[in-house]
Amino acid sequence: MDMKSLYLLVPLAPLAGAIVAGLFCRVIPRWLAHTATILGVAVAFITSIVIFQDVLAGNSFNGTVYQWLASGEYKFEVGFLIDKLTVTMMLVVTSVSLMVHLYTIGYMQEDPGYNRFFSYISLFTFSMLMLVMSNNFMQLFFGWEAVGLVSYLLIGFWYTRPTAIFANMKAFLVNRVGDFGFILGIGLVLAHFGSLDYATVFAKAPELANKTINIWGSADWSLMTVACICLFIGAMGKSAQVPLHVWLPDSMEGPTPISALIHAATMVTAGIFMVARMSPLFELSDTALSFVLVIGATTALFMGFLGIIQNDIKRVVAYSTLSQLGYMTVALGASAYSVAIFHLMTHAFFKALLFLGAGSVIIGMHHDQDMRNMGGLRKYMPITWITSLIGSLALIGTPFFAGFYSKDSIIEAVALSNIAGAKYAYFAVMAGVFITAFYSFRMYFLVFHGEERFGKAHHDHHGDHEDEEPADDHHHGLAPGQKPHESPWVVTVPLIALAIPSVIIGYIAIEPMLFGDYFKGVIHVNEEAHPVMEALHHHFHGAVAMALHAVTTPVFWLAFSGVALSWFFYMKRPDIPAAIKARFSGIYTLLDNKYYFDKFNEVVFAGGARLLGRGLWKGGDVALIDGLLVNGSARLVGAIASVVRFFQSGYIYHYAFTMIIGVFVLLTLWFNRA
Amino acid sequence: MLTNFVIPDLLPAAPELFILAMACVILIVDLFVKSKARTLTFALTQLTLVGCAAITYMTSTGEITYTFSNMFVDDLMADLLKLFLDLTVIVVLFYARGYIAERVSMAKGEFYVLVLLATLGMMVMISANHLLTLYLGLEMMSLSVYAMVALNRDSTQATEAAMKYFVLGALASGLLLYGISMVYGATGTLEITQVAQALAQGAVNKTILVFGLVFLVAGIAFKLGVVPFHMWIPDVYHGAPTPVTLFIASAPKLAAFAMVIRLLVNGLFFLAPDWQQMLMILAVLSMAIGNLAAIAQTNIKRMLAYSAISHMGFMLLGMVSGVVGGDARFALNAYSSSMFYMVAYVITSVAGFGMILLLARAGFEADSLDDFKGLNKRSPWFASMMMVVMLSMAGIPFFVGFFAKFAVLQAVVAAGYMWLAIAAVLFSLIGAFYYLRVVKLMYFDAPLDETPIAAGFDTKLLLSANGLAVALLGLFPQTLMYLCAVALVRSL
Repeated sequence: MDMKSLYLLVPLAPLAGAIVAGLFCRVIPRWLAHTATILGVAVAFITSIVIFQDVLAGNSFNGTVYQWLASGEYKFEVGFLIDKLTVTMMLVVTSVSLMVHLYTIGYMQEDPGYNRFFSYISLFTFSMLMLVMSNNFMQLFFGWEAVGLVSYLLIGFWYTRPTAIFANMKAFLVNRVGDFGFILGIGLVLAHFGSLDYATVFAKAPELANKTINIWGSADWSLMTVACICLFIGAMGKSAQVPLHVWLPDSMEGPTPISALIHAATMVTAGIFMVARMSPLFELSDTALSFVLVIGATTALFMGFLGIIQNDIKRVVAYSTLSQLGYMTVALGASAYSVAIFHLMTHAFFKALLFLGAGSVIIGMHHDQDMRNMGGLRKYMPITWITSLIGSLALIGTPFFAGFYSKDSIIEAVALSNIAGAKYAYFAVMAGVFITAFYSFRMYFLVFHGEERFGKAHHDHHGDHEDEEPADDHHHGLAPGQKPHESPWVVTVPLIALAIPSVIIGYIAIEPMLFGDYFKGVIHVNEEAHPVMEALHHHFHGAVAMALHAVTTPVFWLAFSGVALSWFFYMKRPDIPAAIKARFSGIYTLLDNKYYFDKFNEVVFAGGARLLGRGLWKGGDVALIDGLLVNGSARLVGAIASVVRFFQSGYIYHYAFTMIIGVFVLLTLWFNRA
Repeated sequence: MLTNFVIPDLLPAAPELFILAMACVILIVDLFVKSKARTLTFALTQLTLVGCAAITYMTSTGEITYTFSNMFVDDLMADLLKLFLDLTVIVVLFYARGYIAERVSMAKGEFYVLVLLATLGMMVMISANHLLTLYLGLEMMSLSVYAMVALNRDSTQATEAAMKYFVLGALASGLLLYGISMVYGATGTLEITQVAQALAQGAVNKTILVFGLVFLVAGIAFKLGVVPFHMWIPDVYHGAPTPVTLFIASAPKLAAFAMVIRLLVNGLFFLAPDWQQMLMILAVLSMAIGNLAAIAQTNIKRMLAYSAISHMGFMLLGMVSGVVGGDARFALNAYSSSMFYMVAYVITSVAGFGMILLLARAGFEADSLDDFKGLNKRSPWFASMMMVVMLSMAGIPFFVGFFAKFAVLQAVVAAGYMWLAIAAVLFSLIGAFYYLRVVKLMYFDAPLDETPIAAGFDTKLLLSANGLAVALLGLFPQTLMYLCAVALVRSL
């Protein structure tokens, strides 16, 4: 088989699985649905490994597979760009997806929508692969929208719950805002570069570096800045950066496997991937990079704060995801694209692990997600416990763990960066380290250690979002006296399989990915203007040395003190957090309301939209459209129809007369001319 | 004198000769067929058409070959159109068979023979290189079709339709013949290629020529059914038995397209600025009246009749965009977009009328819009097929109708007629209303009639394939577009 068919096989295998499980979801038995989809993803995964080896051998591919349409000089094509960046993403996507597929067998066991769920996640895998493998903006956008669609479907998977419907609507609307920016960016690229093909656009970028455009008035705007910021707004929507982050916490309404796959490991990182892919454009605009940096830093720090006060286990992980996405964005802003991709990769593994671990806890707790009802689970769920501990250690950046290498590199990169906003970003990511350690271990201690709080008689404290009891009958929690139990092997095997890369992948990959020539020719950095990577390289003396040296850095001690403090607060003196909460109720309320972003959106945007809608409905629709256009055009059509009917009288001589008149008119017109 | 007679090269006309011979054979064989269902006649007819298609394909050289003293031409466009024609007629006969077998007054062998003769006439039209050959083919087709419309003798509606069609058709033939005589008067020849040569050499009385042109355009317009020569269309489509409507609505459109190419492009290309403007007037009027009048219809055959008028108008837009200010660079592109539009329209409309036949059964015509109510409850699959057909006709992506409209509009814009493109889009927008209404009836209204669909398996299978073709050609339109373009490049 030649390489091109292999490339095609990667996205098409999951698609085939999705089609089998989706189109026949009412007919086929459950085993067939999961076998078909898992087989599809497994094929994709194995093929990705083969392609990875081929790429490592120095091959790459950039070409069209199918031309959809050509309009004038613009071509819209489906094509693949297979290089090291793509293949890294392919491996991450297919491996995490495979684990999640396996895990789902256990997690969705009782759910009536079993086949549908498998179909969706396979469809997602297909869309995500098309997104990352694209060689043009068009396909990128299609993949972008397709993953958004599947995300929408999956957030609202339990569509009888009003909260789920609200959450998926919110995700949909917020992503619209991002996508609007994204498509404007693509439009700008098409208008000024005359092509949607990456290679053509990137090759042409340097000549247009200083081009300015007029948006309004006579002010000149740098084309690159405007285009990059527009594209980045798309990334902000998809990768949940402030202020377009509001949908991600609510997306936890979906089943946990997809929180792991879509809302932690892969889809939300599409924005990060996209910016890294566009590095030749972003490198040309310092303004855009600063914008990226500041947004990322804000997300990294302020979303971390929110993780501290959550009681729903999945929400803690969700806010931690937001914060980590902020870190990746910061790395992009600092021109350390390879570091961002590196963190994306390590994060995919340990965050999927944490989510799946949380899911395992939720299974054990019989779908109770409130951490206040947990505690002491270590005894009952040993595998979940140890893997979650590994995930948390990786997340907070314990030396030698995967997260340490990537996160530390980001922090150093920011410290070395000299573009505007770098100081603020440095402060934010440093403070973020402490916060991350604190909320991660708060969750860890509350769930796995301390007093056993489950099995209490009543559950009026479900998650914050579950105050209205959902219609779903399997969301009930443990009955009094019942003990949690370890999850079945289909759940624990993925946990173990993800725990391994969470420990070692950083150690293995840091040298080739960041300092070798792994990304050479793929990610473009303007070394003169942004010498971050070079400086970083200068400081790097091997993975072991880096880990050993870490103990002497403030980063390590910040993380350590975060862990220590959470231990002290939640294990030793549980009364202190309560006291703080009472003392600083103002701050607590601010955090509890998520900085009032939701309120603001609801009042200003949703309210404004409703007001506008009402105005358009009353004024535009009822008066103008219904009154004038609809009824008016209906009257007009009626009038014309009656005229036509008058001529269509059924009498042959009328018909013949019309024909003669037609000839006569034509003759007269052309006789005058001739 | 006989010594001077040279037997013409028969190979280019082999498909026509085959179909003629077989029509005679079938006419005789049918005398001995006893069964009501006429299975043998049907099978022989289908075999003839398949054989004709095969011969067309095998004798196709890709070269332009003249025979019968240059009265007959065989080129790639002719071959392609004949292949589409045979295919269309085969599909039409499959759809029609059940309907005809159920109705005593129509269940005779004549229907099949008439179809073959009409097909022969159309093939002659497609291959005409002489004004009289063209006329001959046209009359052969028309006379067969008049008889087909009247085949259901007991139906007053059908008889009335046949009568109107015949009288108006005769008038149109007269106009065409008059136009031919004027062209002959001006150029001194009836051979289409020589007409073109005579025009190119100049020294032709332009006034007479333009007069003749008006009459030729009138004749063509009648066959296409564009305003104001469209009046027969709604009455005949409505009055004729549905299988005949299906036939009239599909195959002759291909022949009419060939007629446009033979007469106007092959023969009178020199007068392109004149006939383009005439066609432009007809096109805009057709799109306007066709789309607006279709909204007011309650009978789906009548609605599709008006829709056909508007589609023919749209198709003509490609023909008017060929020559701009003496510059014929875009001509091939524009004409091939029209050809693509025509083929796409035929495929779609065959499926549309096929749906009516699918729902019809003994004593029930299913030709009212109300008969489509709640189709989704009776058969979700065929409701979706009908939806595909309607959406394609409305020109919604990604069905073949969209690409057809897109290609034509591209040609119009390339020719610089921006206002024309905008008008075409606006009228299509109006047209979308009545197509979408059918979709609404199928999906959102309660069925009036819960009888299960009783059509035969072959019809169901073929109709599904037809509907899927409409969808798939929308996703992969390149091959068909390419075929049309190559056929015209190699033939003009």
